[in-house]
Amino acid sequence: MQPKLLLLDDNLIARILDEAYQLLLKPGIKVNNDEARELLAAAGAQIDPETNVAHIPEQIVRKALATAPREFYLYDLDGNPTVKYGGDAVHFDPGSSGIAMLNPETLEHETTETAHLLKLIKVAEQLPQYDAQSTAVVCHDVPQTIQDSYRLYLALMYSKKPIVTGAFTNKTVIEMIDMLSILAGGKEAAREKPRAIFDVCPAPPLIWSNFGAGNLIELARAGIPAEIVSVPLSGAAAPVTMLGTVTQHTAECLAGITIHQLAKAGSPVVWGGAACIFDMKKGATPMGSVETAMLDCSYAQVAKSLGMPTHAYLGSSDSKLVDAQAGLESGVTAMIGALSGINMISGSGMLDFLSCHSAEKLVIDAEGIAMAQRMLEGVKVLTETLATEFYDKNINFKGGDFLKQRVTMNLFRKEQHMPSNVIDRDSMRDWKKAGSLDTFERAKIMVTNLLASYKRPELDPSKEQLLHAFMLDLCKKAGVESLPVLEEFEPA
Amino acid sequence: MSEELYKQMAQCIIEGESEVAIELAKKSIELNMHPLETITKGFVVGVNYIGDQFGAGEAFLPELVMAGEAMKAAVAVLEPELLKLGEAREMMGRVVLATVEGDIHEIGKTLVGTMLSASGFEVVDLGVDQSAEKIIGKALEIDAHIIGMSALLTTTMVRQREVIEELDKEGLRPRIKVMVGGAPITRAWVEKIKADGYSEDAVGAVKIAKELVGKADQ
Ligand code: B12
Repeated sequence: MQPKLLLLDDNLIARILDEAYQLLLKPGIKVNNDEARELLAAAGAQIDPETNVAHIPEQIVRKALATAPREFYLYDLDGNPTVKYGGDAVHFDPGSSGIAMLNPETLEHETTETAHLLKLIKVAEQLPQYDAQSTAVVCHDVPQTIQDSYRLYLALMYSKKPIVTGAFTNKTVIEMIDMLSILAGGKEAAREKPRAIFDVCPAPPLIWSNFGAGNLIELARAGIPAEIVSVPLSGAAAPVTMLGTVTQHTAECLAGITIHQLAKAGSPVVWGGAACIFDMKKGATPMGSVETAMLDCSYAQVAKSLGMPTHAYLGSSDSKLVDAQAGLESGVTAMIGALSGINMISGSGMLDFLSCHSAEKLVIDAEGIAMAQRMLEGVKVLTETLATEFYDKNINFKGGDFLKQRVTMNLFRKEQHMPSNVIDRDSMRDWKKAGSLDTFERAKIMVTNLLASYKRPELDPSKEQLLHAFMLDLCKKAGVESLPVLEEFEPA
Repeated sequence: MSEELYKQMAQCIIEGESEVAIELAKKSIELNMHPLETITKGFVVGVNYIGDQFGAGEAFLPELVMAGEAMKAAVAVLEPELLKLGEAREMMGRVVLATVEGDIHEIGKTLVGTMLSASGFEVVDLGVDQSAEKIIGKALEIDAHIIGMSALLTTTMVRQREVIEELDKEGLRPRIKVMVGGAPITRAWVEKIKADGYSEDAVGAVKIAKELVGKADQ
């Protein structure tokens, strides 16, 4: 039995949906994209041409919900379906789009470049807790206009895993979809076995921006999965109450799904978010707060009541260092996300309100995730009797006896997660002998080892050259003649 | 008599009671109190108190914002009276505020705007996704002292530079000062684009704005 955390009863879920439908009508959703408004109008929504507000009746939304897929997969480089969106499947990926990275020696938050992103990709690639990569940080050593697409290029070149990504403009989303097609061997193939999913954000409160709605439409038409990341900030851009926030989140997701399905019925779309409270002392968005996790757990329940696949931003911290706060915020929220049965949980590795990444934090967070994954396996029935068969007639009431049982040898791996060296279970003496290292120091060693053992996956050489040529072309169009030189890759 | 009223005025600001602020402002007019003194000895005292409390971590954003709103409400009642007397409340400066083109992050900029108006600046908040043309156009239209630009994306930061270059080209600086902000904005960036000031938060934004209009001590 997969253990589950439930914060809402059925009655509350019904009330949330009912009020969300009311919000879609009044005040309605501000849709700042011409095409999206046309789609909605054609389907029967009332549009105010002055304000761009769409009043969307429930039956249009219901129809969209009926055509949205209940489940779909992301595929790895070899075409294996390794990430399932739907049901209570739970996957984790590193946080996305950071702008800085923690230097483990100086503890400075460095402006990120190609080398930083590659380090993160290489580390995440070898940690089995991460079922997907993310386009973790932007690289400041390439022109600004290609910063979002260049991240995807690097992830495609250096990873086999599925990728959670996102575009920063309507133009780049098209370019990024093209990149996926190049590697898949055509648009059709990219749609059949999608390698990546794109985060797309509505703007709270109740706005689908030109950019956001445009990307939804583009992705729907291409058949590439879209992940709606609604970011209501309780008390600032959404009602201060949790239920109010979840209701607004519901309305924003429903409107997004409607636009998306109207553009192309049947295209994969996810009910996701980075819901968060607004910190009233600092004016910040505390992604590591427990309320943030509670909001996500709640909206996941709403999504599941409709059968929709789910996503959330959890497992990150607002601390500036990989310290005790980072550990507890990341661990607690990852656990809550897992127990909520959220399909994709993004955020690991991140610090400072999703601004900063850390490779060391990624390996520590992987242990937190492993704990959550063990929790999800639940308490298992592995033997015929629960206990009596463990005590034979020769029992001599000695403590070490169970170590001599074959069943112990056979089953301990099923019952216990074997933590990496990041987790300390040494005796005091051994711990001292090993240098009295704390978690962060142990993580640094593990990162060094992972970087040493990393091997770039083998890509089809011709596709790889095509992908490179495509990226180089984008770079030249942005006014710069060359891309940063990559190790382990020779352009033709 | 007026002492007691001043106290009530400060108090209603602290409690963020716009309705009460309006009532008290009207009452002060009936009592023939000087509108400027009403503002400075009454209402402003409340705003300053909440500002200090916020700085000290004792008051929170909703209180600060509600105080700002109550202040605005009171001033709206008193301003016409001031004009009748041929006076004007000394305004700190006029600010055009916007999030740059291609960027829809709104909250930080709005917070900066709220704090600036609570501190006596006249703020025109253009909203998000605003082109250089619109920002500069509005600044000229209202004869702004300061342009404030927010950018939350590394891909839209460049727009801040474009506005500055355009202003320079038109010879509009130093007449119009430029301050910038947003999560990716660093001191190095500010120096590179030759902005006049920047801040990592809204309280700092007020400080910088006061410096830029030569009123750092107020
Ligand atoms: C909330 C949020 C959103 C919301 C915004 C809602 C709204 N109505 O404003 C939504 C969901 C719309 C959104 C969208 C996107 N976002 Co966003 N967002 C954030 C988040 C989590 C918090 C921003 C915030 O509101 N903070 C709270 C406010 C109070 O703080 P602030 O904005 O920093 O403002 C303070 C100071 O900076 C300063 N300040 C701000 N402006 C100014 C101006 C002046 C003149 C001065 C002096 C000072 C000043 O004072 C403010 C008050 O203290 C940040 C994370 C972060 N660390 O910033 C990501 C973040 C900025 N977003 C990010 C991304 C990637 C996006 C998207 C591209 C995602 C996508 N794939 O669609 C889109 C962008 C679309 C676009 N073209 O603009 C990235 C940026 C990455 C990068 N390379 O730049 C970040 C860092 C998160 C991440 N790692 O993914 N986002």
